[in-house]
Amino acid sequence: MADVKKHDTPQCDELKSGPWPSFVDDIEQKGLSGKQACLDLLGQLELSYTHKETHWKHGGIVGVFGYGGGVIGRYSDAPEQFPAVAHFHTIRVNQPASKFYSSAFLRKLCEMWDHRGSGMTNLHGSTGDMVLLGTTTDQLEPVFYDLTHQMSVDLGGSGSNLRTPSCCIGKARCEWSCLDTQAICYDLTQTYQDELHRPAFPYKFKFKISGCPNDCVAAIARSCCSIIGTWKDDIRIDQEAVKAYIGGELKPNAGAHSDRDWGPFDIQKEVIDLCPTGCMRMEGDELKIDNRECTRCMHCINVMPEALRPGTDTGATILVGAKAPILEGAQMSTLAIPFIRMEPPYDEFKEFVDKIWDWWMEEGKNRERFGELIQRQSLQEFIRRAELKPIPQMVKEPRSNPYVFWSEDEVEGGWKRDIKEFRKRHAA
Amino acid sequence: MDLEKIREAMKESWGDLPGFDISEVVSKPYDPELGEKLYDPKKPMANRITDIGPPYFEQFFPEVIKKNYGKWKSHEIVEPGVIKYTSETGDVVYAVRCGSPRLITTDTIREICDIADKYCDGLMRWTTRNNIEFHVETEDQLRALLDDLKGRKFPGGSYKFPVGGTGASVTNIVHTQGWVHCHTPATDASGVVKAVMDDLFEYFGSHKLPAQVRIALACCLNMCGAVHCSDIAILGVHRKPPFVEDDRITGVCEIPLAVAACPLGAIKPATVEIDGKKIKTVRVNEKRCMFCGNCYTMCPAMPLADMDGDGIAILVGGKISNRVSAPKFSKLVIPYIPNEPPRWPSTVKVIRKILETYASDANKYERLGEWAERIGWERFFEKCDIPFTDKSIDDYRLAYDTYHTTTQFKWSVHTDNL
Repeated sequence: MADVKKHDTPQCDELKSGPWPSFVDDIEQKGLSGKQACLDLLGQLELSYTHKETHWKHGGIVGVFGYGGGVIGRYSDAPEQFPAVAHFHTIRVNQPASKFYSSAFLRKLCEMWDHRGSGMTNLHGSTGDMVLLGTTTDQLEPVFYDLTHQMSVDLGGSGSNLRTPSCCIGKARCEWSCLDTQAICYDLTQTYQDELHRPAFPYKFKFKISGCPNDCVAAIARSCCSIIGTWKDDIRIDQEAVKAYIGGELKPNAGAHSDRDWGPFDIQKEVIDLCPTGCMRMEGDELKIDNRECTRCMHCINVMPEALRPGTDTGATILVGAKAPILEGAQMSTLAIPFIRMEPPYDEFKEFVDKIWDWWMEEGKNRERFGELIQRQSLQEFIRRAELKPIPQMVKEPRSNPYVFWSEDEVEGGWKRDIKEFRKRHAA
Repeated sequence: MDLEKIREAMKESWGDLPGFDISEVVSKPYDPELGEKLYDPKKPMANRITDIGPPYFEQFFPEVIKKNYGKWKSHEIVEPGVIKYTSETGDVVYAVRCGSPRLITTDTIREICDIADKYCDGLMRWTTRNNIEFHVETEDQLRALLDDLKGRKFPGGSYKFPVGGTGASVTNIVHTQGWVHCHTPATDASGVVKAVMDDLFEYFGSHKLPAQVRIALACCLNMCGAVHCSDIAILGVHRKPPFVEDDRITGVCEIPLAVAACPLGAIKPATVEIDGKKIKTVRVNEKRCMFCGNCYTMCPAMPLADMDGDGIAILVGGKISNRVSAPKFSKLVIPYIPNEPPRWPSTVKVIRKILETYASDANKYERLGEWAERIGWERFFEKCDIPFTDKSIDDYRLAYDTYHTTTQFKWSVHTDNL
């Protein structure tokens, strides 16, 4: 055994059993092979299990020269007991779009991180970065030099920066993707490197790109600007495959329900009746779709992937303003642009981004998310600043109160009036 | 667009960036001394490379993915955890999905690399829900890979790479850092996730549920894990107002920022006397506190963690997909469960109860939130045997939108004694 000190961790040890991969076992094995930081990490976790409180201190600003993000300071509040995790800073590393890797790249990352850090990681952080957990302040610059010189990879975002954009697997392996999600993700990340590394915003800003309305990267729930693939033309139908589903030769939903007997497939019950717009029907043994009424929810396509595919006239729907509850409550993204072509160099989209950032950087309060600015100043103001046309698709329903903020120039004769003229018509 | 055209377009815009082709730089052995050689604290700009972004994605795509980019035609989940994709070209690829605890060591990453080297030309990917995916092209390779994965275990007996997480299953829990690495948590993350996934393991590797069930955990209201649109959300919550460290506050935070941090205006500037000296600090109107913790985020002298105050809330019925119904927020159904390390038995039990009630009652394809809306929330509480409390009634922004303004309701245990 290497020269390391293992703490007594009876509570953590209870998390070694059971079938799900045990992070405790993984960390302990790493520690026993010579990484004291891993054993101290488990020791401190054991203390937290006893106290039911965290033992990490609040913040501490650290970073690399010239960047205002990508590194998050972390210090133990029990450094005497756990000296190897006294400083335990986080480094966010910008993942390649949709998280494909080569072993050559990852092995080198591991070697670097064993040398300069704790050997602990998150693959991945919630926003999508590769997260290196645990190093000391003096290692931050060498880590950054190693990443950029020896691996050609940069840091991700943190703080009031653009956060690292992320995307779904897209056309690389999914037949439903209406977008080249990786290309969009890569291009936006490169276009906005300055915003990603140097804080200039009121608060964080996130882009997420999903290839279709199934939204596998949760763009609509988690990004200030959600780019979600969609199509304008008709759903492609293979009527022979429709018959094969009806005849039971093909498994509905690609076999997603295989371990339970749900009875024979019933296209009326499982597809047509569940269509949220009721735009489908059978005519004889042919499936008909009234595409003009379709809202592209993906259900029929999900259930019968061999028979139905999205159209080929594809682009993106842009929605804005999603966030978790802090502070004004959770928001989902609101529809801004129903359809936009997304092809390099994405000029039209970037013009839109420039306009909304101008507004937010001018009017946003400290730590106000973009979605909260829309709430505070109104969707109308957003529409004006983004120079969009108001369309009924932006709202669930029209307002039910009559309190319209008419502007003076919208009212015939303006607002300047003469009370004397008024009184000539109406005695006081 | 095809990959070649994309590459041309990207090269036109970004072709001089080193991440475009990292094969050469990565093939060189790691030089542990290079960092110190290149970085000079006296000349911090010397040798500094900045703003290069991530490596270009295409170089990590397996050949079959490159060849069939944009040409995939259909897919079939041949067994839980294995998805077979078929291309218009006739090519097929099997994606094998494995769970992971997200918090992993470099040794585990190396083991993943070993597997990828052995079966997948050294290439692999991760999903948004922290699963690992390996790609193979033949049934033989698939069987060999599955057998290999099944045999890899940690010393304590847990699987290193459990296969599953596809279709109508409980896939991996998206989660945050918890007590392992965060300064504001109200609960742990990795420990709770391990306990819940151990209990629900049978649902990870099978397709028994009416639809997919997405579970997520955030260890405080900041929700780095963005659990607010999950079928089942496990959320760390505080229940005691912040301390105010009068003797420390001016040294560690700006009082106007601490005051402005409170969304309910419960923090006001104050002056107190300590040892005859007047000190500027703040006071909290504790009755107004909703325990969001935003003050602590802004001011380290206002901690609110507490072993008796902190615990877990359960929210259910959220979703992200636009399938059938619009995306939904998760709703708070259990306001508090105590923290019970290391295995959180009360949390584990209630999640299983909700999951199995849903599984036995919902229609095929129906997500948990769609089921709860169809049967009515009064029936949800009744069926899941969860006591309804005033804590589930919204009293924050837009609360009125959640009130019931109709005579249409169902009789349930809540009205049976009237």
